[in-house]
Amino acid sequence: METLEQIKNRAELAARGARIDIVVNPGPSQQSSLLIDNAHAVAVAQFLRDHPALNFDYCSNATGVDWLDRVVKKTTKVKQIVDGVEKEVDQTTEEKISGYLEAVYHLYSMKHKHGPLIIRMRTGDRAAGARLPSLTPIWRSAELQEREIFDLYGIHFDGHPDLRRILMWDEFVDHPMRKDYAPPDDFEWEPTPHDDVLERAKKHYEPRPQLDGAEQITAQKP
Amino acid sequence: MSEGQIDEGLRSELQRQGVWVTSMQELYNWGRKNSIWPLQFGLACCAIEMIATAASRYDIARFGGEVFRPSPRQADLMIVAGTVTKKMAPQIVRLYNQMPDPKYVISMGACAISGGPFKQGYNVLKGIDRYIPVDVYIPGCPPRPEALLHAFMELQRKIDDQKLTGANKAQHLEPAQPSEFPVPAFGEHDLEPPANPDVFQAPKLERV
Repeated sequence: METLEQIKNRAELAARGARIDIVVNPGPSQQSSLLIDNAHAVAVAQFLRDHPALNFDYCSNATGVDWLDRVVKKTTKVKQIVDGVEKEVDQTTEEKISGYLEAVYHLYSMKHKHGPLIIRMRTGDRAAGARLPSLTPIWRSAELQEREIFDLYGIHFDGHPDLRRILMWDEFVDHPMRKDYAPPDDFEWEPTPHDDVLERAKKHYEPRPQLDGAEQITAQKP
Repeated sequence: MSEGQIDEGLRSELQRQGVWVTSMQELYNWGRKNSIWPLQFGLACCAIEMIATAASRYDIARFGGEVFRPSPRQADLMIVAGTVTKKMAPQIVRLYNQMPDPKYVISMGACAISGGPFKQGYNVLKGIDRYIPVDVYIPGCPPRPEALLHAFMELQRKIDDQKLTGANKAQHLEPAQPSEFPVPAFGEHDLEPPANPDVFQAPKLERV
């Protein structure tokens, strides 16, 4: 398979005006991915599927990611003059990144037997009506998985043929895979609670009986 | 000797003479307990063990329970075999309501009892006994076929002990006892109600 840079350059040439960024994954898997701008996502996806050298004809997986508002600390070495001597000093800067939702697709080529190529799309914010273009017209296998993303993360996919909830019932209003989701409080019967379940179960405990002071007499040290 | 029972010594003496003595209640319960027809449905991996129980190696037919019915109208026993998701729970209660009396429920495996390993999940019902009464619980994840056979025999014992008349007669013979239970509705955040208070009350724990 071509490198991500080659694919990015090819796709930007093919889909005019498309802006593609490479999201680097420094972890052991080294699976870096392409971040595609929403306006040209369908054109880029069509290019990735149809280009004879790439032919990513199989979308094996589509899923969502919820990113909360976060602060990223960066340390840079800055030259400063300390006590008349020039030294390199670490300077930390904080950058605030507002939250967004992400849809991630894993692409393979059955024809060339290469992959995976990972592409991402980001919404502007985490608001209720966050929208992304649907890639179901390009890869039919994304249909049910985009419905799952819609159900659990609340991303609306424009151009999806049948966008409704798939796991939860239609009357349900929450999106359970969002990080700020609060599950229903039915922890009234937890025989062996621990950790956060213990904290939830404690809200259902009956208050301790009022002590009358007699127990302190036996507890006093001589 | 209570009402409706025969002295065991007298009965065995009569049997030795070739006279078989019984009562309407014993005959009725003997017929019922030896042909318990389960409802044919499964929810998760426990259902695989249930299928194994029905197959030749474990052979639930030895106990008269091999006739799995695809219709609740013909079933006596509901084996809740597997995880009950909140999306599935109303259908389970509806199937139970459609079964004719007398009807029994076996809650098979950790999930059907309490939610099991998925108890804290937002999508899993914390035990089917929140909506329908359960006769026999089987612990295990999943329980072995022998455990299901044991539960089946426990249920047979329970049926055998049921009285047809008197103050403590079987519940299905009491006209005041409900045989149908309200089906929970799909709410915006959870099932409504989250449990039927007539059936389920959370046990009170002494905490020190």
